[in-house]
Amino acid sequence: MITLSHYLMLAGLLFAIAVAGIFLNRKNVIVLLMCIELMLLAVNFNFVAFSRFMGNLDGQIFVFFILTVAAAEAAIGLAILVVLFRQRRSINVEELDAMKG
Amino acid sequence: MLTEILFYAFAAVLVGAALGVITSRNPVHSVLFLVLCFFNSAVLWLLIEAEFLAIVLVLVYVGAVMVLFLFVVMMLDINIEKLREGFTRYAPLGAVIALIVVIELYYVLWVKRLGLDVSGGTAPLPSGYSNTEAVGKVLYTDYVYPFQLAAVVLLIAIVAAIALTLRSRPGLRTQNVSRQVAVRRADRVRLVKIDPEQES
Repeated sequence: MITLSHYLMLAGLLFAIAVAGIFLNRKNVIVLLMCIELMLLAVNFNFVAFSRFMGNLDGQIFVFFILTVAAAEAAIGLAILVVLFRQRRSINVEELDAMKG
Repeated sequence: MLTEILFYAFAAVLVGAALGVITSRNPVHSVLFLVLCFFNSAVLWLLIEAEFLAIVLVLVYVGAVMVLFLFVVMMLDINIEKLREGFTRYAPLGAVIALIVVIELYYVLWVKRLGLDVSGGTAPLPSGYSNTEAVGKVLYTDYVYPFQLAAVVLLIAIVAAIALTLRSRPGLRTQNVSRQVAVRRADRVRLVKIDPEQES
C-alpha cells in the first residue's frame, strides 16, 4: 500500500537532490534556476500528498498558486538572464561582481 | 499491487531524472531531464487522484515554462566547459549537504512522527467524484481573492518580462502613437474643387 510517508520521502529526496544541484552547478545560472524549479516541485509533492491523504483540498489550491508564482518567477528570471547575457556575454556567476558583492 | 509497482517505477525514473538535471554536462540535456521529471511527477500525482494539478503540471510546466527554458538555453551562446570548472571540487560538499537534508527530513518523518498517522492509505473517493470540479468549487469560493491576486501576479510577470527585454535599436521604423492619435482631419484630407468636364 502506498502511504503518505512514501510520498514525503520521495519529496524529501527530490529536495535534497535539488540542494545538491545548487552546490554542484554554482556557476551556471540556468541550472541554478532549474534546481529552484526542482525544489518547488518537491514542495508541491508534499502539498499534494498531504492534501490527498488528509482529505482536504486546500493543499491542492496552494499548489495551484505555487505553480502560478513559479511560472512568473521563471519568466522574469529568464528575462533577467537574457538581459544579463546581452550586457556581459556570459552567465557565469563568478563574473557577476559589478556590485562588489 | 499495481499501484505499488507504478509508484516505485515512476519514482525511480523521477529520482534518476532529477540526478540527470544536476549532473548533465549540457544545459539542454538538463532541461530535457527536467521535462522528464515533470512528466513523472504528473503520473505520481495521478496515482493519488490529483488529476487537475497533474494535467496543469504537464500543460503549464512542460508546455510553457520548460519550452521557455529551452528557448533561452538554446539562444544563449554559453561556454559550457568554463561553467563546469569546479564541478568535481564542490561535488563532495554538495553530497554532504544533500545527505544532511535527507537525514533531517527523514528524522522528522520517522522519529518525530509529525503527530499524525503517516502509514495509512488514501480513503476511497465517492463514485462520480471529480477532482477538477472539487478544486474549482474551493478555488472560486474560498480562494477567489487569492485567485485574482494570482492573475495580477501573472500580469506583472508579463509586463516585467517585456519591459526587461525590450530594447530600442537605432534606425528602427516604429509607429509614433501620440502623433497618430493627435492627427486631425485637416492634416490629411484636402478637398479639391474640380470643374466637371465640358463636352465640346
